[in-house]
Amino acid sequence: MKKANDHGKFKYGMVIDIDKCTGCGTCMVACAAENNVAVRADQSDKERTITWMRLYKISNGKEFPKAEVSYFPRPCMHCDHHPPCVSVCVATATKLDFNTGIVSQIYTRCIGCRYCQAACPYGARYFNWWDVFPQDKGMDRYLTPEVSPRMRGVVEKCTFCHQRLMRAKTLAYAEDRREIEEGEYVTACAEACPAQAITFGDLNNPEHEVSKLIKHPFTFRLLERIGTEPKVYYHSNRDWIRKLGDNFLPGEYTPVVNKSWAEEEWSTKPGRDEF
Amino acid sequence: MKDPVNSPKKSSDRGGDRPPSGFFPRWMNINLLAQDVSFFILGLIGASIVGWIIFPAVLYSKHPQPINFNHALHLDSEKVDGIEGETKAEKCLFCHSFRDDGTFAGIQKLEKCTECHDDPESPLGETPAEKTFMTKYVANEEEIPWLVYSKQPDCVYFSHIAHVKMGNIDCATCHGVFADNEKLPLYVKNRLTGYSRDIWGKRISGFYWNKKFSDRMKMDDCARCHTEKDQEQNNACFVCHK
Repeated sequence: MKKANDHGKFKYGMVIDIDKCTGCGTCMVACAAENNVAVRADQSDKERTITWMRLYKISNGKEFPKAEVSYFPRPCMHCDHHPPCVSVCVATATKLDFNTGIVSQIYTRCIGCRYCQAACPYGARYFNWWDVFPQDKGMDRYLTPEVSPRMRGVVEKCTFCHQRLMRAKTLAYAEDRREIEEGEYVTACAEACPAQAITFGDLNNPEHEVSKLIKHPFTFRLLERIGTEPKVYYHSNRDWIRKLGDNFLPGEYTPVVNKSWAEEEWSTKPGRDEF
Repeated sequence: MKDPVNSPKKSSDRGGDRPPSGFFPRWMNINLLAQDVSFFILGLIGASIVGWIIFPAVLYSKHPQPINFNHALHLDSEKVDGIEGETKAEKCLFCHSFRDDGTFAGIQKLEKCTECHDDPESPLGETPAEKTFMTKYVANEEEIPWLVYSKQPDCVYFSHIAHVKMGNIDCATCHGVFADNEKLPLYVKNRLTGYSRDIWGKRISGFYWNKKFSDRMKMDDCARCHTEKDQEQNNACFVCHK
């Protein structure tokens, strides 16, 4: 398949280890605080709640002795190949930046038609129904100055904390460097995760941890077969989780087993094939 | 009886007697045409006066700065200690400096002023502006409510260090020449948007034949300079937007 982002210098991406994730929700909190995500009086109304980073609970659907539950965090996938939201945007408010691989969202350009929200196969986009940061009530003091708060009537989504990339670049310039190093630019969720389940880095740089992790056979992406080439990878050594990563017909899914490299790496960990 | 069809035209006809013109067809009435053209020109002049003079006069309000800061005086290395610099930008950076993490301090707080103007009782110069500054702000330790000419909308991210240090662009390229100013210009504010007119530019026609950038600071100007300097990758949305 043709790759759209081959000529870019950087390709920032994320690997989320589902086996490490405890479902604590710190990533959601850190993301909301970093990115000035709107908080409303009634956050239980999930149809209207904005969560750039969202935790989903999954289970293998079996009875007690074999029942198993896991959580997976879902940011914007930052699709690398014809992102569906970018293709449908009528206002060119969202674009794939070939130089960083980040799918941008410009709130002042968005007209709020919500076409992108319908197009996104991952449900990563959210619509602002209200203005939530009134200027006169002092709530704006809690905002991150580097992230523009959204107005009502626009769509927003995870930006891979691109303001942190800007901050890292600015620091590098102050120290007379042109390039930033691994670990200088990480997203808020990756930094906050207490289990260190989220790894963030440049997928184009073979030195970075993420580009090593994505070569692992147990690494998968969500809805990989629709060809959007997400830059958010998931990692799990449990077969039923990998199976949930896509809509497989009965018998279509082939478990990742008997691969010599994987066996060697993971043979010491008991219980892998029990489920 | 004369045949009305073949009889010569009377002056009672529309337009009156006139010699047939070679350029205009016979049916066209020159007088009426001249009337129409003159109405059009009058309308154009009227609309231009409204659009270019009256409307901007109504749209923008002018505000003086709280005190008159004399840039020319402060950039004089004989009067101010330590303001030497090879380039103009280095002199500007004496006050409008970068912080350690590379962010730009912009217009400094009172703290920077009081590094020199430390004693409210003994002013360093004799200007009335300094007297006001000393008695009103330094004595009360009150920040000066400067009106920022180049304040961009909230959605704009701009890295000064990337342009000034890494790109070697002079401050005046975007901000205009402030270094020789003895008097701060009036702050011109758009009544509708609340933004400074320095963002939109003073030239209503919008044409810039000499490629001068200092008059306005719009997105297209950023993009044009990026393109000219072969930095097209920086025209991506998430470079200047946040």
